[in-house]
Amino acid sequence: MPIKQQLKQSLIIAFWFMILTFPIMVIKVNTIQNIIVFRWFNLLWVGILTFFASLVWNYFLRRTEAGKKKDFEDDTPLIHRLLQNDRFRRPFLGLVAAFFIAYPFIFPMYHTSIMISALVYVMLGLGLNIVVGLAGLLDLGYVAFYAVGAYAYALLNLHFGLSFWVVLPLSALLGTLFGVLLGYPVLRLRGDYLAIVTLGFGEIIRIVLENWDEFSNGPRGIADIPAPTFFGHQFNQDNTMIYIYFIVIALVLMTIFFVHRLENSKIGRAWIALRDDEIACQAMGIDKFKTKLTAFALGATWAAMGGVIFAAKTSYINPMSFTIWESITILCVVVIGGMGSAIGVIAGALVLILLPEYLRAVAEYRMLVFGALQVIVMVFKPDGLIKSVRKVYTFKTSQEPQQEKIAHGTHT
Amino acid sequence: MRWISILLGLSGTGAVGFFAVREIIMYPMYFFELVLGGLTRGSIYALIALGYTMVYGIIQLINFAHGEIYMIGAMTALIVATVLGMWGWNTAVIVILAFVFAIVYSCAYGFTVEKIAYKPLRNAPRLSALISAIGMSLFLQNYVMLAQTPDYLPFESLIPDFQFWEPFAHIITSVEITIIITTVIVMILLGLLIKFTRIGKAMRATAQDKVMAALLGINVNNVISATFVVGSATAAIGGVLIACHVGQINFYIGFLAGLKAFIAAVLGGIGSIPGAVLGSLVLGISESFFTGYFWSEYEDVFAFAILVLILIFRPSGILGRHDTQKV
Repeated sequence: MPIKQQLKQSLIIAFWFMILTFPIMVIKVNTIQNIIVFRWFNLLWVGILTFFASLVWNYFLRRTEAGKKKDFEDDTPLIHRLLQNDRFRRPFLGLVAAFFIAYPFIFPMYHTSIMISALVYVMLGLGLNIVVGLAGLLDLGYVAFYAVGAYAYALLNLHFGLSFWVVLPLSALLGTLFGVLLGYPVLRLRGDYLAIVTLGFGEIIRIVLENWDEFSNGPRGIADIPAPTFFGHQFNQDNTMIYIYFIVIALVLMTIFFVHRLENSKIGRAWIALRDDEIACQAMGIDKFKTKLTAFALGATWAAMGGVIFAAKTSYINPMSFTIWESITILCVVVIGGMGSAIGVIAGALVLILLPEYLRAVAEYRMLVFGALQVIVMVFKPDGLIKSVRKVYTFKTSQEPQQEKIAHGTHT
Repeated sequence: MRWISILLGLSGTGAVGFFAVREIIMYPMYFFELVLGGLTRGSIYALIALGYTMVYGIIQLINFAHGEIYMIGAMTALIVATVLGMWGWNTAVIVILAFVFAIVYSCAYGFTVEKIAYKPLRNAPRLSALISAIGMSLFLQNYVMLAQTPDYLPFESLIPDFQFWEPFAHIITSVEITIIITTVIVMILLGLLIKFTRIGKAMRATAQDKVMAALLGINVNNVISATFVVGSATAAIGGVLIACHVGQINFYIGFLAGLKAFIAAVLGGIGSIPGAVLGSLVLGISESFFTGYFWSEYEDVFAFAILVLILIFRPSGILGRHDTQKV
């Protein structure tokens, strides 16, 4: 399209958006005090921003269209290519490890505390990644399992005095149990109903926690949840934070290990196959229902363990920590980071959780940006920012020894 | 599975029937109030559910942003009514203009949302479109919250208390009867639109088979846009009416209302327009009974429980067809 026509089109779009956003962006009413404010400058901003946004949008849309026609190009993300390279991988992983080990000793406690929440999100993201990224089941009620874990620790500790280390494996079992219980009736349904049912389930858990006073102490929540102990030894406040930090690091490493092993196992490949084509997958003799249920229950397991950590760290929980927004934030981490890609999810969690913490000025725009990013990522980069790569085995006809090669891999 | 569902259905109907008969005999007035309250509620659900079911019928997408369109309709009406009220315009003019603006703006938003978030994903996997829809919903909610206010805004009812309705006002208020009557009129108009107009025929054809419709010279993109516009218009009417009924709105009202309407659409059989209306009325009335006779704090739990039960025992809903998956 000639540039003149593009500019004209963008002008029309900008004008359309100026009309569209006029009542909500320009007029601000306060019906309590009966005040109306006209903010004409907003109109100008909307016009200018949408003009450039539509130029960029259309440019990328055309590029994506053109990109679809070219088939084989090696678009393995840079990070994967670097990690493939032995000379780079060792020093890189060493640096990352050194950074995370030194982190709580270099930075003050406040930063450690924020890092713990980000790492809990890494865990949750990796867990949800099994459900959404690998098995392709959209779970919008993931936070329910997180709540199960947190309340399991709080209540078991309150009533029976069970310690952190006893509850952690217990809650994992409990999470699995809840996953199976919820998954059993709904996983036979088509994918998009699952999103709504899980969303409903998430809300049900929250409403029950809020209203069932005798069980969960209602909206007041449960306070004075003890921190984990080290073989019976209780640290002081600062050291407890550092201790929890290392517990989370260990759990994250364990999660990465598990997810990595699962991904290349029989069941992991069954998940990916199921996500890509259900009917073909069933024709190959894979039990669709059982495979989905495993993914769902495993995802729930990690959420529950994350919940225990959360309760131990904050030492106070109430139902307000487990709203639908939490589920959507975790979903954003997975989707924006890259569905199915562990590195993507880790990077996504660190960026999406840490950035709003440090940029307080933009923190209130967090959800707005998340929403917009979800749409943009889906339209232009459906595989997320760091996409997953699939193992591809290539045949060599020559005498060279056969070798594995990571090559172009897309998922649909 | 089938026998269990039939058995459960029969015993459920029996229990409810017995209970209803006893209640009607003991407290007839309370019962009627609940029925009328349920009808009002169901009418609003129906107005929103139509958008879900029509969009689902044509592009098999749960339009998560639909609840937000409804909220934007109510918000626009509030803004227009307040501004014109401050300028001292005539009440009748304000009412008409508020409705017109709400409908026009909701349609424009519905149209734009489809162009941005769904059209580029028409051939993408369903999961992508669904995530995009959730993103759009999140964006619109926060956009209204940041541009306006996170607090509840009182909404002065646009519908006056009619003089001639005075004798019946203790049973059902004039706002409620207006809601029910408006819904009936909208349903009839929509039925006529779908049945007799060119665009309605095109919609039905596209819903049946998109490729074949395109081969016969129907512009599928235009039909999909038209579906979004029509759905948004009915949602906007619902939004303004419920705002008059409840008396306050904020940026968040669309979320729960949208969910409930979606549940109603699934209950009736998603993709079917009469199903959406029937499902909405059933959901509205049963919710009204549940909150009236049992626990009101578990109102939302009840709706979700209904959804789970239908999906387990009859996923195609009351009037829905059972569709087989094509390879």
